[in-house]
Amino acid sequence: MTSGLAQRPPGRGVEPNSLLRFDLVQRSAHWANALLFGILMATALPLYFSSLAVIVGRRPLLAEIHLWAGVALPIPILVSLLGPWGARLRQDLRRINHWTADEVAWLRTLGGKGAPKVVDKFNPGQKLNGIFTGGVIVVMLATGCMLKWFRFFSVEWRSGATFVHDVFAFAVFIVVFGHILFAVTHPDSMRSMVQGRVSERWAQKHAADWLADERELASRDPSR
Amino acid sequence: MGRRVFLGMVALGAAGIVFGTKAQNFIESTIGSGLGGLIPGGGRFRIYSITGSFPAIRPSKYRLEISGLVERPLTLTLADLKAMPATKLVKEFQCVTGWTVPDVHWEGVRLADLLDHVGVKGGAKALSFESYDNADSESLTLDQARLSDVIVAYKMLGAPVTTEHGGPVRLYVAPMFGYKSLKWLSAIRVVDEVIPGYWEQNGYPVNGWVDGSTADTNPAYQ
Repeated sequence: MTSGLAQRPPGRGVEPNSLLRFDLVQRSAHWANALLFGILMATALPLYFSSLAVIVGRRPLLAEIHLWAGVALPIPILVSLLGPWGARLRQDLRRINHWTADEVAWLRTLGGKGAPKVVDKFNPGQKLNGIFTGGVIVVMLATGCMLKWFRFFSVEWRSGATFVHDVFAFAVFIVVFGHILFAVTHPDSMRSMVQGRVSERWAQKHAADWLADERELASRDPSR
Repeated sequence: MGRRVFLGMVALGAAGIVFGTKAQNFIESTIGSGLGGLIPGGGRFRIYSITGSFPAIRPSKYRLEISGLVERPLTLTLADLKAMPATKLVKEFQCVTGWTVPDVHWEGVRLADLLDHVGVKGGAKALSFESYDNADSESLTLDQARLSDVIVAYKMLGAPVTTEHGGPVRLYVAPMFGYKSLKWLSAIRVVDEVIPGYWEQNGYPVNGWVDGSTADTNPAYQ
């Protein structure tokens, strides 16, 4: 695989999408995860809203699909993260975990007027989306298991788990809606989750620090 | 920082499991169950059915058959049930899986009254209930059936019981989890031993008292 990183100066003329933002492992994890979220959200609606339940019916089937999609939910991320193939995903996770003071300030204004420039591979909103997704998987899986295998818990805890599962589900719908809205209004970002690559111009504009890191790595290891 | 937000979310979830019920009750008692009902998880029925769809029974065609170890086997219409002394209850509906709906208005005929009406023969020990969905079934001991808050309900939530809630007529067993309150009640047979119903055959306790007891009798609800 050849890279334009070492040869081409940035930001001049029309550039090919030469910079790898998400490798195949990351993209597979994202889309497998998205598919499971889609199944869970689609089946959740008639399980929760009685007006839809009346139309759709087939509750046992829906519940079974919802259960198994839920149990499978952590698999794509864990498999991509824990294997020798997960180096890039692990690296991105470290980026998501690391927050500068500027990024916190950026989030306060949601990147509006007067917000400091953010230069990491992911902007603070994207980081928060990633953290939320991780957290919500843990919480939904835990409370979902409590609802399925309820007999090991007191009635009060079962009701608490139901409450948490419902509230977090509402949050999931809001966040996923926002995530999709940002994706379709930012085609360059979305393309990088489909085809993997962005242009250096894009990186210079949105993620200058990441571009610098990639350049440094490329100069040390031209095969990258 | 990222890790802290992540752990914060998980901690919030854990706190919700332990204190969520109290928080929900507090919300409902301070701002009322009307608004509380809009909050996720607050007082909302989940519509369960065993089969793929709901049996649609026209109220005029509804029949309740009472048979088995009785002096006078009967088939009652909805009008027959409504002609009997009505019992009104305002009680919670608690599902075994955790969700709960407080202050549900119920109206119907006490099972005890129905049993007196048909006359229970000696040797009878239990009741076996059947549903119009041809799938669900339930059981109660005679003592459980005679509790004052066990009714054959034709009104629920202040209106005739809707199809999705098991109308026109369903069972409501207040002291037990929701699965005991069989929907689309079609027949009551008086039998000489407890015949575990559909959910019991799938692992739920035969005696599903809301306080967690699984004994035949429960002094807490006498």
